[in-house]
Parts: sequence; structure tokens; C-alpha cells
Amino acid sequence: MSTTTVETKAPADATPTSAAPRRTRRRGENSLAGSLASHAILVVASLAALFPIAWLVFLSLGPDKDDYLHPGRIFGKMTFANYSHVLQETPFFDWLVSTLVVSLGTTVIGVLIAATTGYAVSRMRFPGYRKFMWVLLVTQMFPVAVLMVPMYEILSELKLVDSYLGLILVYCSTAVPYCAWLLKGYFDTIPFEIDEAGRVDGLSPFGTFARLILPLAKPGLAVAAFYSFITAFGEVAFASTFMLSDTKYTFAVGLQSFVSEHDAQRNLMAATAVLVAIPVSAFFYLVQKNLVTGLTAGGTKG
Amino acid sequence: MTVAIDRATGKRRGEPGGRPGPLSRLKQSYQRFWYAYAMIAPVVVVLGVLVLYPLARGFYLTLTNANSLNSARTIGANRIEATYEFIGLDNYADILWGPTSYDRFWSHFIWTIVWTALCVALHYVIGLGLALLLNQKLRGRTFYRLILVLPWAVPTFVTVFGWRFMLADGGVINAGLEALHLPAPLWLEDTFWQRFAAIMVNTWCGVPFMMVSLLGGLQSIDSSLYEAAEMDGASAWQRFRYVTLPGLRSVSSTVVLLGVIWTFNQFAVIFLLFGDTAPEAQILVTWAYYLGFGQQPRDFAQSAAYGILLLAILIVFTSVYRRWLNRDEQQLAI
Repeated sequence: MSTTTVETKAPADATPTSAAPRRTRRRGENSLAGSLASHAILVVASLAALFPIAWLVFLSLGPDKDDYLHPGRIFGKMTFANYSHVLQETPFFDWLVSTLVVSLGTTVIGVLIAATTGYAVSRMRFPGYRKFMWVLLVTQMFPVAVLMVPMYEILSELKLVDSYLGLILVYCSTAVPYCAWLLKGYFDTIPFEIDEAGRVDGLSPFGTFARLILPLAKPGLAVAAFYSFITAFGEVAFASTFMLSDTKYTFAVGLQSFVSEHDAQRNLMAATAVLVAIPVSAFFYLVQKNLVTGLTAGGTKG
Repeated sequence: MTVAIDRATGKRRGEPGGRPGPLSRLKQSYQRFWYAYAMIAPVVVVLGVLVLYPLARGFYLTLTNANSLNSARTIGANRIEATYEFIGLDNYADILWGPTSYDRFWSHFIWTIVWTALCVALHYVIGLGLALLLNQKLRGRTFYRLILVLPWAVPTFVTVFGWRFMLADGGVINAGLEALHLPAPLWLEDTFWQRFAAIMVNTWCGVPFMMVSLLGGLQSIDSSLYEAAEMDGASAWQRFRYVTLPGLRSVSSTVVLLGVIWTFNQFAVIFLLFGDTAPEAQILVTWAYYLGFGQQPRDFAQSAAYGILLLAILIVFTSVYRRWLNRDEQQLAI
């Protein structure tokens, strides 16, 4: 770590801290003005973060499809009619099923296949290790455009266009390297001594992995699973190209189908968006603390 | 922070020094490492089948003139065989310096670079600012954090629709601007404002990830370093410059790289915000999608060629970035 030694003589033009009479503050405590400013900025930022979502929720209560242009009128006629319409008369539940099938399928395959790999690249420095890590990284930066055309060709040859399996396979091409990457980061945080102890007690590397490391890695597996679920859940490009019949749409595609050339049912769209967003966000909040460690650990630890 | 790296090199040092013949070396490494190869085998197989094979095929397609009129297809019960031909590197030549290459490729290329640079810079600066604010002892900071993470928690395809309602002509943003007697731009129609809107929405979507990652980084900086700096009379700016920023380096280098890759490939925001209506605001990824799937006849070959070019750009960028990071011992361990 390059901790540059700070020069002891502070330069003359050092930023003047608050000119107010200096009462001794403990470290990490702010002056009153400072904390007011912090609160002000955070409140503004929070409003900016909250508003588009809150607005969507608000618009979803307006019954007419042009209400988004006259939000004032919604107050007089708020109703949950959009929601009941979406739930009863649109393929909402079909979309729910296909989204879940595709996302869960991707998640299960991704995590299952990637777990041993994450372990191997975390613990063993086999020849070709660096190249392999490089390949994992490169597959994460595939633009959708690279694989889309050939995948489309291959899937149509295999008659897998418009099938769940086809979409799951497509998503696995990104989910698998992604999970391997995440899991490596997590396995790195498990002390190597545990492996050594296992080996001394006569376990093979597979045994060490299955009996000692996997149980310890449950949180990491959960993070990888959640990430691949979210990624598959929110993917737009492949889903809108490969899913043709409207009962097999995932939410990402289904939501677009409310706006066609002839008709834009924006009120229904808003209601569906809210219905989709609520459970996902709730779930997200449950696991969010683990998410970032999971993601950045892969890059910051060797 | 460098513990794991040391351990990695430690293992490497243990490799046998003498160089026996290639065959016995192969055998030896097989004996030592077959576990490792067995463990990565599933992923290697999946990558081979699901990534490399399509990639190779896609590359072959770029050397042909395939489009939806001459590819193999089934109409009713009739199967029509593919009739496209091998045309060598013509697609690349056409894209890069063909007669309308500026309008089709270079203008999108420039916009994609500007888009990536601006978005990542905004993500990073705003994210770092908010992370610094949240890292103070502050009343209600958990609450702020939960709200500020919201844009990340809601799926992009949902939030972008929310933004479309707000940006529409007559939507709440323009109503607000008019109430303030400011000009109300046509966000979804005028090229400049389309680009502006795209950057705004993407910034809104991307800041939370940066903020949370950098907050994690800030919390892992040893507080005794700050104490020492303060004892030595370092000003707030100096503490930031000489303690915080170096302490964040490893997190920063990772999130910036991820940010660049994700933004460069950001499909959902632009596609969902504009659909086909904004040819000038398309970045290369959405433009390639448009060529291959958004128009008739679908131009598979050119779309795939764009894909290969995009991948090449990213690989070059990542290599340069890695080399640049490695120039002074700092490792981005990938």
C-alpha cells in the first residue's frame, strides 16, 4: 500500500476549516454547520432517489391512460382499479411464471456449476490460472450484440426459440462466469487454514470443499444466487428477442407490450411495474448488505 | 488488504525449479493439479458450448452477408436452406470506412465513448460524495442509506418506465420546469436532450452501486491512519487526498472497471427509454441490436460484426487499464 507520508508542515494555503471559534471536537464529529449541510445534501439526494419510484406508484392509482399528463386530477379519483385489471385480465400470472422459471433455472444451474470453479480458482494456482481468470472476466463484458445473432441461429436450429430452456441456456452464458467470479471472492475470505486442517485430516480437495467449505460459504452462495436471479430477472434484450408468444414473456418484455403502436395503456403499465417492483425491492433490502462485499471481493482480493 | 495476494504468490514460489522434459512436466502438473482441472471442468464445458461456440459462429457470420432473407429459415412446413455467401472482411471494411461509415459507426462510437466517460465519472463522483457523507457520524444515516439504495433495488426495466412517464412531453418534469418559467425541452424527441436524458437516467440508476461499494471501502480504511494524519496537522483536504483516496484504490479500480463495462454495454436504459425512436441517441450496443433485430430485413452479419468490434474495444480497454494499474505494484487481481 502506498501510504504517502503526510508532510508535517501543513502548507500555508491549506483549506481554512470552519472559521468559527474552535471548540475541541472529537474525531468524526461535525460542526453544526457541517452536519446541517450534510443533512441538506442527503435529503436532496434521497428525494431524487425516491421521487421517480414514488411517482410511478402515484400514477398507477390513476384510472385513465392519459392521467400521467394531468397528475393533479388523480387525487380526485384514486383507485386500485388498474391493479385488479392487471391481475385479472392480463397475462400477469403467465409472465410471473415464465419470469420465475427462467430466473430460477438460471440461478440454480449457474450456482451449481460455478461453485467448484470458484473454489478451484480461489485455492489452487494451476497452470493456466491467470488465463482462465481473464476468460471469466472477458465473458462478463460480452455486449449482448456479440452472442445474440449466433445464439438466435443456434436456438432456432435446435427449435429452442420461444422456449424457457433456450432462454435459460442463453442466460447461463453470463450467469456461470459471473457466479464463478463472485464465489471466488467469497471463498477467498474463508481462512485457508480450514482447508489445510481438512487436508491434514485426510480429506481430498473435493472432500474439503464439500464438507468444510460449502457449509461455510452459504452466505456467499446466497449472494451469487441472488445476483444471477436479479440479472436474469431484469434482462431485456435476449428476452424480447427470443420469447415470441405473449404468455411466455418475462416481465421485462411483458411490460413493454402495454405500449403498442395503436394503444398505450400507461396506467396498466404503471400498476404492473409497481407489482413487479415491490417484492423484488423488498427481497433486495433483505440481502443488500451482503451484495457489495460479494461483488467487490472478487476484484479486490487476490 | 494484500494478504490474499501474498498467499497467491507464495504458492507460486513453491513450483519446482528445474525444468524436466515437457512430457514429464505435463504429467507432473497433471498429478498436482488434476483436482483443479476437474473442478473447473464444468465451467469450461459450459463456456465452451454456450460462449465460445456461438462466438466462433458469430465471427464466421461477420465474414458473410447473412441477413434474414438468406439465412436458413422455416416458413410453414418448408425449410429453406441458408444461401448467404462468404465475403471476407467486407463487413468490417464497410462499417469502419464504408461510404456512410461516419453516420452509422463513428458518430455512434463517439457518442458511446462520451456516454461511458460521462456516466462513469458522474457515478463515481456522486457515489463518492454520498459515501463520504454517509460515512460520518450522522443521525439517521442508516435511513438515508436505505433510501439512497432504492434506485438499485428496483429492476431497471421498471424504473426506466417511471422515467419515461416523467420525461414525456407534458410529464411532471416539464410541468415543473414550466411552473418555474424555464424552457421545457423535448426530452424524448430532440437529439441533445435525448442524450441528456439518457445520461441522467443512467446516472440515477448507477450511483447507488458506486455509493455502497465505496462506503464499504471507506469503512475498511484503518481509522488510526486518520488519527495519525490529524496528529500531524493534516487538513481535511489532505486527509482526503493522502489517506482516503489511496485507501480506496483497490475498491475504486474494481468498481470503475465494472462501471465502464456495464455502462458501455448498457442496453436496457437506452432501449427502453427510446425504443427505435432515437437513432442519434443509440449507443453501439443498441445500434447493433437494431441492425440485427429491430429492422427488416435483419442484417445479421453487420450486427454480429458490430458485436465483435465492441468486444474488441472492451478487451483493449481492459488490457490497457490493467497495465496502467499495474504500473506501480498496485494489482487489480484478475
